[in-house]
Formats: sequence, C-alpha cells, structure tokens
Amino acid sequence: MTPTDAAVHKTAPPTRAARTERSDLTSSRLRAAFLFLLPMMTVLGVVAGWPLVRTIWLGFTDANLVDLSVTEFIGIENYYAVYDGEAFGLLVDPEWWNAVWNTLWFSVISVSLETALGMAVALVLNLQFKGRGLVRAAVLVPWAIPTIVSAKMWSWMLHDQLGIINELLMGVGLIAEPIAWTANPDTAMWAVIMVDVWKTTPFMALLILAGLQMLPGDIYEAAKVDGVHPVKVFFKVTLPLIRPALVVAVVFRALDALRIFDLIYVLTSNSTTTMSMSVYARQQLVDFQEVGYGSAAATLLFLVIALITTLTLMAGKVNLSEDSK
Amino acid sequence: MASVELQNIIKDFGSTRIIQGVDLKIEEGEFIVFVGPSGCGKSTLLRLVAGLEDISGGDLLIDEEVVNKMSPKQRQIAMVFQSYALYPHMSVFENMAFGLELAGGSKEDIRRKVMDAAQILELEELLERKPKQLSGGQRQRVAIGRAIVRNPKVFLFDEPLSNLDAALRVQMRIEIAKLHRDMQATMIYVTHDQTEAMTLADRIVVINKGRIEQVGSPLELYHRPANKFVAGFIGSPKMNFLPAEVVELLADGVRVKALDSGSVVVPVEGSQLSVGDRVSLGIRPEHLAVSATGPLSGTVEVIEELGESHFLYVRMGDGELITVQGKGDAKARRSEKCNLQPVDAHLHLFDAGGVALPLLQQHEDKAKALA
Repeated sequence: MTPTDAAVHKTAPPTRAARTERSDLTSSRLRAAFLFLLPMMTVLGVVAGWPLVRTIWLGFTDANLVDLSVTEFIGIENYYAVYDGEAFGLLVDPEWWNAVWNTLWFSVISVSLETALGMAVALVLNLQFKGRGLVRAAVLVPWAIPTIVSAKMWSWMLHDQLGIINELLMGVGLIAEPIAWTANPDTAMWAVIMVDVWKTTPFMALLILAGLQMLPGDIYEAAKVDGVHPVKVFFKVTLPLIRPALVVAVVFRALDALRIFDLIYVLTSNSTTTMSMSVYARQQLVDFQEVGYGSAAATLLFLVIALITTLTLMAGKVNLSEDSK
Repeated sequence: MASVELQNIIKDFGSTRIIQGVDLKIEEGEFIVFVGPSGCGKSTLLRLVAGLEDISGGDLLIDEEVVNKMSPKQRQIAMVFQSYALYPHMSVFENMAFGLELAGGSKEDIRRKVMDAAQILELEELLERKPKQLSGGQRQRVAIGRAIVRNPKVFLFDEPLSNLDAALRVQMRIEIAKLHRDMQATMIYVTHDQTEAMTLADRIVVINKGRIEQVGSPLELYHRPANKFVAGFIGSPKMNFLPAEVVELLADGVRVKALDSGSVVVPVEGSQLSVGDRVSLGIRPEHLAVSATGPLSGTVEVIEELGESHFLYVRMGDGELITVQGKGDAKARRSEKCNLQPVDAHLHLFDAGGVALPLLQQHEDKAKALA
C-alpha cells in the first residue's frame, strides 16, 4: 500500500460522516426558516386568507345583512341563474359590466397619464440642480396626503357653486357658467382621472427615478462624445434600460387603479357614470345589504385583477427574456 | 488627424482650481500620455479636451481652431472610457453603429465602417453578442471600435486598461500601440501606470496638482528628470533619495557626502551650489550594486526574490530605507551589513527646492554609451 492509498482510506470515512452532518445541518436550517416564517404565515392566513376564502364562500350563498344566520348555499345563482326564461345574476347585470368597463377605462387612462407625467417628473428630478432635494420632497406632497383628505379637498375645489376651479375658469373667460364637474356625466370620469393623476404621479415619478438612478452615467458621456441627439438617447438608451423598473411601476399602479374606491366614492358617490367594481361591490354589500351577491361581485373583482396582473407580468417577462438573448 | 494645442488651460470646480494653467502642443499623429498620481487632474484635463467639462480659462485649439465652445461631436474627437461605457442592451454591432446612425450615412456605409473596425480589432465573430457576454478585453476592444468607426481627428483614452487583469493589460497595450502605428492618429492617453506611459508614449506629460511637471520622451524623463517628483514617479521601483551635503565642487561634477556614509561624485553642473549646501542624492535601484568597497553602507532588512532579479531593502545609517535591484538570485543575507556602489554616471542631484541640477554634457554622452 502506497502512502497515498493509506491517505485515501483514512480520509474516506470522515467524508461520509461529513455528508450526513451536512444534511442534518440543512434540515435544521430548513426548520429554523420555517419557524421564522410561521408567524408571518399565520398573520397572512388570518388577515388575508380567511377573509378571501370567506368572501368566495359567501358568493355562493344568499347571505343578507339583515340576518346572516339564515344563510343558505345557492351554488352559482349569484353569478348566473335563469327564472322563467329570464337570466339573472352578476354575469348578465349591465350595471356590473358598466362598473367593469368604468374601472378598466379609468385604469388605462390614469395609469398611462401617470406613467408619461411621472417619467417627465423623474427625468427632471434626475438632473443636478440647486434645491433638488427640496423639489423632490415637494413633488411627493400630493402622494403623502391621505386619499380621503385630497379627494374631499378636490371635491370642494370642483364644487359647481362654491368651487375655486369654476371661479378661476370663469375669471379667465374659458367657461361662461359653472360646470358640475363631478355630477355631469361628460366630465365626472375625467374629474376623477385628473385627481388621481394629480395624486399618484409622484408615486410613479419616484419609482421611475429609482430606475433612472441605477443607470450608469458613463454611457451618457459616451453618447455625448458620439454626438447622439438627447431625444434619441432617451428613446434608444434610457427607455430600454429602465423598462424593467417601468414594468414593475406600471403593474403596481395598475393593481392600485383596478381596485379604486375611495376617490370615486368621495367625489361622485354611487353615480353609475363613474362606478368602479369596488364601488359596485360596496353598494351591493352595504346599501342593498346583499352580502351574498356583493361577495360574488368582490370575488369577480379579485379574479379580474388576478387575470390582468398575470397577463401584464407575462407580457413583461416575455420582453425581459428577449433582452437577455 | 489633427494637432491639439492647450494654451494656459484652467479649470475651476467651485472655488478649487483643479487645472492651474496648462500649456502643451501636441503634434499631428503623436501619441501623448498624461501620467500622474490619482487626483492630479490628468483625467480632468482629458475631459476638458473632450468637451465633457467646460474650460474655465485659456484656449483649446484643434487643428489651429479654437474649440472651447464646441460640443464633443463638433470637435470630432472620440473617447474610450475606463469603464468601457458600452450600451448594455445593444449588440456589439449596434454599439459601434449607434454614433454613426445620425451622421446621415447609408445603412450599407455604416455596415462597411463597422465591419472594417471589427476586422481591425478581431471582433467579427462577436458582432451579435451583448456586452455582458464578452470578456473585459473584448469589451474594451468594442469601446475602441466605437471610437475607430467615427474616424475622429483625435482619440482620447481615459485609463482604458485599468479594469483589465495584468496579462490582458499587456496584450491590449500592444494592440493599442499597433493601432496607433497603423492609423497614424493623434492620441491622448491618460494613465496612472508608468509602464503603460513608458511603452506607449511618443511623449509623456507628467502632471502633479494640476500642473505639468515635465514633458518629454520616455527615456528623457527616465534619464533627465527635471525634478524630484518626476524622478520619483518615472521608474519602478522608484528612485531612492538620500539627504546629502555638498563637499567639493569639481570640474567633472559635484562631490557630495550622503549623511553617515561615504562620498560620491555626481556628474552635474554645480555652479549654483556652494560647499555645505543641503541637497538630495537620487539613485535608481537598478544603478546600485552590492560591493565591499562601496561608499554607502547599511543593513539588509528585506529581500524580495523575483527569479530573474531581486530587490534588497537596505536600512542606511541615517534611517533611510533604500531599494537595490540586482540580477538573478540575491547573495546578501537578511540582517547583514552591506556596502553599496552606485553607478556614478547615473546619479542625480536635486537642490533644496527639489529641482534637478543639469547633467554635464560629457557625462550625458557617457551615460548614453553605458545605456
């Protein structure tokens, strides 16, 4: 036996032992990880999981706020049912589809405007200038105000009799008589969109600014040396490079916009012109006391948002994988 | 290709003067290297030439035209950055073509220019790749290619090899030298690496604290440094400086006595000196040898063996640590006393202000013969 053989034989058993030790280590790590996760999972289960499951369940019942104890399972009748040849239920309720359409319209328009304006603000805030910190803080103010406060503030400013906006527009002669911004079906949705854009553009700007600040500065100097026009640099360099951050920001904002409630409720109450899915669900649940039907609406709302988010993320991912080719 | 002239160039950042009035004339087709310690202003000076920073005072001329107010594009310069500065989402081809697309050339024209540059830099196989799929050396080649396709009047390099590992740095250095020879282009190259400066430059500009210390060919700076700063900066390991005292003024030089050691004759013009003056004796490590009769003596503290040569770090009687470079393996032992013999012809003498005393002509000839 050569010395090397001896060495191999001597070291072999400890190696095997070490392997079992390692797997012990791994399992103890997994145990510890699970223990650390447990409180979070419990809290999530109680505050998110249980209400969600209960809402979905209530959607299959005829529960009513008057007396929840006589709740009965009715299958999918809240969604679709036929009595005497006539169809009933959420899926054939024109008011529900009106709410879905309103929500989508609101989301697409407001998120697009906020993305464009947020990008512009972010580009400005990304520049070096005196008092930049102050401007950055100031821009965030609309976002920092609680929605209920800013919505109420705007509803006064938009008031048809006492509002300052009518006053100003009439003062400069743009309109001849006061407009009932939030009551007029032609302007109500635009009023809501305008307030939402005012409020949420800073959020978009902040997320996009974070993306901009990750970009290397040297490529801009290289572009400058190459004499590439700034507009071209923006579309060919900046935009492609911040697209991942932009997709995340748009998804965040779209999620938020699709479940819009407070702003619309404060500005226009239950008006059908601006009613969103959330406002519809609340109206069924609280005003009409139809817990079962309202829960069904809330469940559909959840499904619609889940579907749109999945589609957006898939689209984003497809683009990202193209990048790495 | 073009000449570049800097006339009393000044740059202030706020109230701090970074560049303190630089005058320099760069000839057509010359390879100029700015070298200096970090923070000396060499990169700022390059960025002033590029047009990435505004000039606070003085004039910059390219082809005898003042270009102070011109954009980098109008100056027709191209720049290679230390960090490569490639567009991460574009392929190698797109990176090189991006600057050309606005110039108005046809698609075929752009393609041809990019292919030509790719051929020079051996990038043809990589044209469809993204920067992150390239090695550091390949990325730097793309960055150089991006400069070549624009056919600029002046090439600017800002520490282009600093991010590469040692082996690649040597290889790229040779490629850049070859590129300069083939293109005959005016190039300004910034580095803190004196090997790059020595090997690439037609002329080296040594910069310190926003001022030019000396301009000259690599060997000029090595053999005739104008002052202690240049003497210490050019050459590796750096020159030893020993405090010394003038003992005697002779026809063939100045006899000085290093404190606590014997005396040597330095072949410099000593008419401005008088006996008893404090001076600095400069000896390069490669111009010192261990010898039983040498006038300098000390104790060997550390020995570094490099195989083909070795370094001795010798503590002199007055506490100075000096470096000695010898061929082959070291014969001295650690903690042993040893005597050192300098090569007289290669000695340097600096006055109290750090300014070099001029070499005597006959010794300069002798030094050349020895070299």
